[in-house]
Amino acid sequence: MQCDVCIIGGGLVGCSTALHLVRAGKSVVLVERDRIGAHASGANFGGVRRHGRNVLELPLSTRAFDIWRNMGTLVGNDCEFMPTGHLKIARSEAEMAVLEQWSSFGAEHGIPVVLHDRTSLRANFPWLNTSSFGASFCPGDGHANPRLAAPAFALRAGAEGAVVIQGDGATTVEDARDEFEVTLHSRRRIRAAVLVNAAGAWGRHFARYYGDEAPVEAVAPQMFVSEPVPYIIDAVLGMVTGGLYLRQIPRGNVIFGGGRGILDPNCHRSSPSDRVFAETVGLAGDLVPSLRDIAVIRSWTGVEGHCEDGLPILGPSPRRANLYHAFGFSGHGFQMAPAVGAVLSELIARGFSETDISALSPRRFTGAKSSILAESEI
Amino acid sequence: MYSPRFHSISENDRQKLTLLVDGVSVEAREGDTLLTALMRHDGWVRTHEFDAGSRAGFCAMGACQDCWVTLADGQRLRACTTPVRSGMAIVRKPAINV
Amino acid sequence: MRAAETLLRAGLSAALIDEAPLAGGQIYRQPPESLRRPARQLYGSEARKALALHESFSRLRTSIDYRPETLVWGAREKRLLLSGPAGNTELAFDKVILATGAMDRIVPVPGWTLPGVYSLGGAQVVLKGQACLIGKRPVFIGTGPLLYLVAYQYCKAGAEPAAIVDTSDFTAQIGALPRLLSQPATLLRGIWYNAALVARRVPVFRSAKPQKIEIRGRQLVVTFKRNGKSFEIGGDAVGMGWGLKPETQLAEILGCAFSFHAGSRWHLPRCDAMGRSSTEHVYIAGDASGIRGADAAEAAGELAAFAVLEDLGHTVPQTRRQRLLAHLARAERFRSGLERAFPYQVPELAGDTVLCRCENVTVEEVRAAISSWQISELNQLKALTRCGMGRCQGRLCGSAAMEVLAAETGVEISDVGSIRGQIPLKPLIGARFQRKAAP
Ligand SMILES: Cc1cc2nc3c(=O)[nH]c(=O)nc-3n(C[C@H](O)[C@H](O)[C@H](O)COP(=O)(O)OP(=O)(O)OC[C@H]3O[C@@H](n4cnc5c(N)ncnc54)[C@H](O)[C@@H]3O)c2cc1C
Repeated sequence: MQCDVCIIGGGLVGCSTALHLVRAGKSVVLVERDRIGAHASGANFGGVRRHGRNVLELPLSTRAFDIWRNMGTLVGNDCEFMPTGHLKIARSEAEMAVLEQWSSFGAEHGIPVVLHDRTSLRANFPWLNTSSFGASFCPGDGHANPRLAAPAFALRAGAEGAVVIQGDGATTVEDARDEFEVTLHSRRRIRAAVLVNAAGAWGRHFARYYGDEAPVEAVAPQMFVSEPVPYIIDAVLGMVTGGLYLRQIPRGNVIFGGGRGILDPNCHRSSPSDRVFAETVGLAGDLVPSLRDIAVIRSWTGVEGHCEDGLPILGPSPRRANLYHAFGFSGHGFQMAPAVGAVLSELIARGFSETDISALSPRRFTGAKSSILAESEI
Repeated sequence: MYSPRFHSISENDRQKLTLLVDGVSVEAREGDTLLTALMRHDGWVRTHEFDAGSRAGFCAMGACQDCWVTLADGQRLRACTTPVRSGMAIVRKPAINV
Repeated sequence: MRAAETLLRAGLSAALIDEAPLAGGQIYRQPPESLRRPARQLYGSEARKALALHESFSRLRTSIDYRPETLVWGAREKRLLLSGPAGNTELAFDKVILATGAMDRIVPVPGWTLPGVYSLGGAQVVLKGQACLIGKRPVFIGTGPLLYLVAYQYCKAGAEPAAIVDTSDFTAQIGALPRLLSQPATLLRGIWYNAALVARRVPVFRSAKPQKIEIRGRQLVVTFKRNGKSFEIGGDAVGMGWGLKPETQLAEILGCAFSFHAGSRWHLPRCDAMGRSSTEHVYIAGDASGIRGADAAEAAGELAAFAVLEDLGHTVPQTRRQRLLAHLARAERFRSGLERAFPYQVPELAGDTVLCRCENVTVEEVRAAISSWQISELNQLKALTRCGMGRCQGRLCGSAAMEVLAAETGVEISDVGSIRGQIPLKPLIGARFQRKAAP
């Protein structure tokens, strides 16, 4: 099979890249080993926030924000996106200072936030516990249904001409003159002028083929969902410490996450940890006391690529022309993926993008150690 | 109008208990599950979240999870596996969600 | 229980964990103290066996670590996660025998979510455990031996069943006779129930195709088709079930391999004759590895205990072992006979049927999603439609959802997958994990 661009990985990153590329007139083959969205992109928390992000991600995150608001027009499905606003909780004065500092970064990027002290928290978010010190609220951020997003992008991309292969992974990548030859598990071969590595937690493997090293390890954040109860939690919750994140959908289920589950030794699958179960469910009941009474009906995990500095590996390979990396999203990829596809397609089809992703370049690991501090929250 | 009921076939020397169902005092017997008590009283257990109708359990053995009820203090219980206790107050709230 | 007894006799220490408050399982279920009735009345022809089982349990009770009202909500390697009167605890084990039983298999019919409609097993539990009838004139629909047994038990308890609406046909039952003869006593009991129902003039409709259950006036009316003609039967309750379906979630969590079982159109944990699963320290007994009934379950329990003993280097009585194996083989043959007699026929489901009663997802919605999202696997169906995503985690809709998916896509039923079991195996209240007082 011959195409302009072959994408390895059918998570939201790969699917969004596929859609933007076919729209830019490229012929695209997307290869997914399991099912579209089967990993991080389908299992994640569904948080769509710019709030509290590392400033280096903000250009990308802001662009993604605009796409999320128009998701219905882009892919024909709004993916249940709800701009409820995002509330980040501080439990101490020191944590509040972190929020205050971010509010000025936010202002610079056109993301205004509202700071709340204990009293105004109480008045505005009565379902919250009374022990929180304060919080910062970012209007416009919100949440969406991760089970719908990647399939919606893939379906659209397929309808517009992309070839979407599922259940057949890439096993090797070789150079074939100045093209790439990707061999699949089924022994099918794909030839492409451009290769996009969107293999999520497994992206490091393909990067290594071309000598690109990135300190990305697989982790398995753990999620929970409650039975449906009356809809009261009308904002996405996060904490400065990142220990817990929580949202409710209008159907009534409360979805929350925190801690990490257990990874299989081969890092392919993961499963929930019972210790994390006890801790996180306990924390959720501390933060929103009414949750103590209700039942948790399911827990799960997703495998995510976590980079040492908490930032994705995104941009052209420093070593091989026409190879682009887009993996290791470190817990932030659901929100950003729609823009990742847009930016990559601009880079591939036009050679440049107005969105500044230079700080995320794979190049940062070729030289001296980076001094960027990792952000802890999903 | 049709309204289902459980019919007792033996007893009746069992001790009587009183519980509150939507604020009304209801008599039950020692050994009844909450499901039995409600089904002997007025034939429904809960309002379903996503359809307008009411539900009254289905499997009666703790598998289908279709008989969870809420007590006045917010506690949630599965009616078919919970024995009634005197003074229990059940609130069968109306449908709430979309 | 039989397994526990055998292990204790060999000098091992054992724990028995049961979600129910009193021992006995589904079939020999004991009512609460205040509702005790004579065994004969409770268990009918099985009274002697029930008493024997309860008796041997009271002997066990002091020497076993017995934990009633305790849910196993998950497991990891050699630890079980428990939630019960003692709060949330863990139990480390060397070997575990899963005797997690079964529940009714359901074919949804429009109206099956109405109050007054119960599973056959549920109707039986209400009778045995609570000394109540779900109605005085119940209509029983579905197929399998339980259909007739429950109707019979309801008759004995004073009900007048309005009808039995059996979806299989009589010729299938005749055709299965040779296999059913492998357990003549059980077969005889079946015939006896049937005869008793005929004597009480309970109308039996075979080859019926249930259409809907609806409220009409003071009645619950079941509509079904038979040979192209439409029938309506009114009653005051409905019991429904299409045989039993093992509870296999815990085996799945413990990593046991499954294979598709064509007769029951369901995935079962792979076991050897003694009950050894593919996971070294996990053994499976009773209905949990395939439905063979109560007698077989006792034998299987004892055999699984023998397997544990053998694997721990103990010697087990060989003649007894052989006898039990032969007994199980007969039960297995009987089961395959039952599968022929009461085949699980997969009906064409009406679009407005609620398929998933937790999330209220209809067959129509599921069909539309299958075609618009190009769904080919059951967990994908769950992710995109919420069918099987509710409190019961697909216990009720899973089997019917498989059928709808297979029929819609043309994919073989064995290849559409099954709804993944996840922790907690049943809903768990948040407060159980609270360490601090409310802030
Ligand atoms: C539990 C959890 C909660 C999260 N919460 C949030 C959140 O609230 N907000 C947010 O913005 N982000 C969140 N994230 C992060 C976000 O989900 C990810 O960053 C994002 O989905 C990454 O998308 P992806 O396409 O890179 O990865 P994935 O979705 O993992 O996709 C990678 C795909 O590559 C495929 N693949 C791998 N190897 C091969 C091969 N050899 N051949 C073919 N295919 C291959 C895999 O099968 C996989 O489907 C969370 C992550 C998790 C796990």
